[in-house]
Amino acid sequence: MIGLQHYLTVAAILFVIGVFGIFINRKNVIVILMSVELMLLAVNINFVAFSAFLDDLAGQVFTLFVLTVAAAEAAIGLAILVCFFRNRGTIAVEDANMMKG
Amino acid sequence: MGFAAFSFYIFALLVVASGVMVVFARSAVHSVLWLVLAFFSSAGLFVLLGAEFVAMIMVIVYVGAVAVLFLFVVMMLDVDFVKLKAGMSSYLPIGLLIALVLLVQLGFAFGSWEVTDIALAQRGAVTPDAAEVENTMALGDVLYTRYVLVFQLAGLILLVAMIGAIVLTLRHRPGVKRQKVLDQMYRDPKTAIAMKDVKPGQGL
Repeated sequence: MIGLQHYLTVAAILFVIGVFGIFINRKNVIVILMSVELMLLAVNINFVAFSAFLDDLAGQVFTLFVLTVAAAEAAIGLAILVCFFRNRGTIAVEDANMMKG
Repeated sequence: MGFAAFSFYIFALLVVASGVMVVFARSAVHSVLWLVLAFFSSAGLFVLLGAEFVAMIMVIVYVGAVAVLFLFVVMMLDVDFVKLKAGMSSYLPIGLLIALVLLVQLGFAFGSWEVTDIALAQRGAVTPDAAEVENTMALGDVLYTRYVLVFQLAGLILLVAMIGAIVLTLRHRPGVKRQKVLDQMYRDPKTAIAMKDVKPGQGL
């Protein structure tokens, strides 16, 4: 029988893959953005799993909001990326040092 | 092993495997395609959980919009992705270490999970019986009543994101001739036409 633990395990593994992807692709902003999407997906799986096993619809409602924010974040992030590429001709994270931060 | 359990393991395996491939794929286009597979199989997981509406929204929004957006940007930028992969192996040990620590921590947190009666009493919106009210209808009943304000705010976030993305990527190239409607409208015959009295045989 598939229980809550199984879904939480899948979500945890997916979240860790997302974090790992951010660490390993230090230069490639596009893959970093995709890793962030993977982490948000893991969070969504958690929300829906709890929602199903606790019989509470609020989790699914919140999943929709997470989805909205993820879409907005992807759009803005890619717009910034395009803007950055036009100015600098590269998308490597190390080159983003104009503000000396 | 029943059909539900079998499909859970298939979808779970697909999600995890395609997640790994997103991180390790050679080109960014392949990463996006693996991301699409991850979203599809997680939609399958959502269907197994009885959240059909979220599953379909997942396919429409992520596969239909976000992944296509990623594909557009990946193909628009003229970047050598193989060169960006170069330093990958130097980050591998620290990345694996942090991933392992995080996984163990999450295992501690979720491994001994128990639902108390207090949690059941504090539910925000109890799911109605699935035989009477289907998932989409039940979700609509809560979303447009209890959570209507947050719903509107989500719309506002999308509006701001849309305006922001347009403003960020809009650019005016110098030297491109465009139609200037206001200039055309404000132009009047007095300044546009000059009457010249041309003498015969002399010209202007």
